Amino acid sequence: MRRTVLLLCVAAYGLAAAPAAVFAIRDARIVRVSGPALERGTVLIRDGLIEQVGPNVAIPPDAWVIEGKGLTVYPGLIDALSTLGIAEAATAAAGARTSRTAAQPAQPTPSPTPPTPASAPARGPEDRPSNTSWVRAADLVSPGDRRVETARSAGITTAMTFPQRGIFAGQGAVINLAGEKGGQMVVSAPAGLYLSVSSAGFTSFPGSLFGVMAYIRQIFLDADHYKLAKEAYAARPVGARRPAYDRALEGVLEAPRLLLPATRAVEVDRMVKFAAELKRPAVLYGVHEGYRATEILKKAGMPVLVSLKWPERSREADPEEVDALRMLEMRERAPSTPAALAKAGVPFAFYTDGTTSGRDLPRAVRRALEAGLSQADAVRAFTLSAAEIYGVADRLGSLEAGKIANLVVTSGELFQEKTQVKHIFVDGMKFEPAPEPAEEVSR
Amino acid sequence: MKPRWILLLAAAAPLMAAPPVVVRNANVLTVTKGRFVGSILIRDGKIAEAGEKIRTPEGAQVIDASGQYVMPGIIDNHSHIAAESTNEGSVSVSSMVDIRDVLNPEDIAIYRALAGGVTTILTTHGSANAIGGVCSALKMRWGKDAAGLMVDGSAPVLKMALGENPKRRGGATQFGGNITPRYPATRMGVEDVIREAFTEAQAYRQTRRDYEAKLKRGEKAAAPRRDIRLDPLVEVLEGRCLVHVHAYRADETLMMLRLAQEFGFRVHALIHVLEGYKVAKEIAAHNAGATTFSDWWAYKMEAADAIPYNAALMHRKGVLVALNSDSPELMRHLNQEAAKAIKYGGVTEDEALAMITINPARQIGLDQRVGSIEPGKDADLVIYDKHPLSNYAKVQKVLIEGEVYFDRDRDVSQREERESRRKALVEKAKEQQKKAGPPGTRRPS
Repeated sequence: MRRTVLLLCVAAYGLAAAPAAVFAIRDARIVRVSGPALERGTVLIRDGLIEQVGPNVAIPPDAWVIEGKGLTVYPGLIDALSTLGIAEAATAAAGARTSRTAAQPAQPTPSPTPPTPASAPARGPEDRPSNTSWVRAADLVSPGDRRVETARSAGITTAMTFPQRGIFAGQGAVINLAGEKGGQMVVSAPAGLYLSVSSAGFTSFPGSLFGVMAYIRQIFLDADHYKLAKEAYAARPVGARRPAYDRALEGVLEAPRLLLPATRAVEVDRMVKFAAELKRPAVLYGVHEGYRATEILKKAGMPVLVSLKWPERSREADPEEVDALRMLEMRERAPSTPAALAKAGVPFAFYTDGTTSGRDLPRAVRRALEAGLSQADAVRAFTLSAAEIYGVADRLGSLEAGKIANLVVTSGELFQEKTQVKHIFVDGMKFEPAPEPAEEVSR
Repeated sequence: MKPRWILLLAAAAPLMAAPPVVVRNANVLTVTKGRFVGSILIRDGKIAEAGEKIRTPEGAQVIDASGQYVMPGIIDNHSHIAAESTNEGSVSVSSMVDIRDVLNPEDIAIYRALAGGVTTILTTHGSANAIGGVCSALKMRWGKDAAGLMVDGSAPVLKMALGENPKRRGGATQFGGNITPRYPATRMGVEDVIREAFTEAQAYRQTRRDYEAKLKRGEKAAAPRRDIRLDPLVEVLEGRCLVHVHAYRADETLMMLRLAQEFGFRVHALIHVLEGYKVAKEIAAHNAGATTFSDWWAYKMEAADAIPYNAALMHRKGVLVALNSDSPELMRHLNQEAAKAIKYGGVTEDEALAMITINPARQIGLDQRVGSIEPGKDADLVIYDKHPLSNYAKVQKVLIEGEVYFDRDRDVSQREERESRRKALVEKAKEQQKKAGPPGTRRPS
């Protein structure tokens, strides 16, 4: 029985991912993102890379030709913050999805996953609680995460994936959503250090938001001190006492950028100042009240990642309960954040925050479009801007010769209601979208 | 030519933004300089003149307060509003935490405090542990960002706590097992924790001093690790950080004063100190302030031996007495709390008002700027329709540095509009959810 299932799986994989190395998508509309769209042109893919893009591309005889008439080709979408590919996060995400609907959105930025309380309670920063900064997403990713296919079917070809457990959760990686082994998925690492402000209450340090802030501050001071001590020792190891190896600080020193949580405008203000104090490049994530914080962000020149899980009243909320005006306004106006950021010139990208299904993702983006975001800015945020924020725009984010062949081919304008994803290319491998599961009738 | 014009305009902008303000024909309760019927002239956020006859400058904004009462903005020096954390209760010494990291300028309690005439507060760490965190004075500038709440040049305040709260030892039998077992479990232990922490801070300071001395001599030295838990304690030892201590009982109040003497710092305010009347002479001798409740007690054993005469008795013995709220509700009628000191203990009106203005200002080191109506001070004013010590008095307007932050008429007139806006948003959200259909597609897992 098990063997049959295995065989079926292998067969299905074979159907979904075509192994041919050369593809030509011809006579299609091509949205390059890095330049104006071509109304009719050809994209030639060879050995995982884009070989040529243009109106007059000679199609080599070894190419598998895809008739692109009536179709549009986009760079593959980038989920700018996720846990995709980290299989153990998948189960946590499934659990969080149900419990999070009941969560109070008014609370300070909730962490996607609460920290696991350590066996012995932490007594201060010296115990390095909730710190797994040395954990690398690049070491954890595997194609076995079942969410990968769902996301890919929605047109997502790349994800910035991060361990998200704890305060110093770990090092992210830029991964492509295909490959037979985890190592093949990784495009670039480390992509940054994911920080959350989750706290343990009275049970363990830090037990409060200001405790977390103080803890983060002390860790960065310690990291700087550790670096000096290590350098001094490396320069003259003989006759000197060696500094103790500290993996929690190693991870902090290795991170090229910090990802800091900030959902409300107050939190944006707080974290922009905090990042400046820590003297590290930072990116904010969440940013649902970004429509009120464009000035601060512009002044700080800080890029942000906007969650597409727009805030809404919990469906299980007490119908008698009266929501504060500010909360109601945030729910109403959160989708106007991308348009406001675009207008102010603040670099931003999207992250799906779990809304990866082929139905939910375009719907969430349409809310931003309805609130004033242009189609072109939406596409850019989901492709090139994400690549730029993570410093991988030389390889990803647009349709240009030499870039990684990550593409999504659609029946029309991306994110529109009637538009279907037809083909997806990841690292030059061709995939068809998996059929969308039937909408579940409430149980 | 053009750039110079722009420069000129830019220089003039701040002046143009704030024309002088005159509060006219009011019963002015200065708190420190008696009472008169007259006017107050405000320039650049400061009180320029206050007296019976004030000439109104041209272009001044005039607030007519005929028949009304003006007093300095109320100061509540023990509050927990406008911050998103209260306690770092996981450890007994949490001086690494700083309330300034978690200010919430959008806490509605700020606006409600304004509506009760409060213009300055000390927002403090809670009393869960022996040494809490660094606290900050804030002005209730509703509508400004976190930095806009801060008071420039105000000294930080370290919060400490004695008694029942910090000695909650945790473990399975206490608080549903939600607190990890923690030292100390007794009042003696609390003293020990504080003594040990300051001893550690002294050693830390010495290490830093030795390092700096070496650098000065041109010697090579490795920088010592910076410990943000000990930094505020060093500031206390050096007198750059004020100290407020939560204390109820007379015995531990004395313990704290002795402990402070041992380490050479001053306790600027004892918080609650419901048994302060028993040791008022000693408190006065230490030059410690007391910030207490009027008649709020008996909520726990150590708050059992309280009397409503506490404030008046301590005041008679020379203690600098303030009344605080510790509560976003009580802080909206601190004027009535002050009135109770007249009923119980017979202090004068000015003495009663001082307990919610200039006295708390002294305890947070801001008496040069706020707490009374005197030329040169910040124009933080409350206008009441009746005498503020009356139960019937309602706040009409509140000014902070000359700017109106609360206006009762405006508030009342906006209520209907806000309610209809709220209703419209609720309806719109319902529509949106309907449009989105049933909750997101879930795959069986």
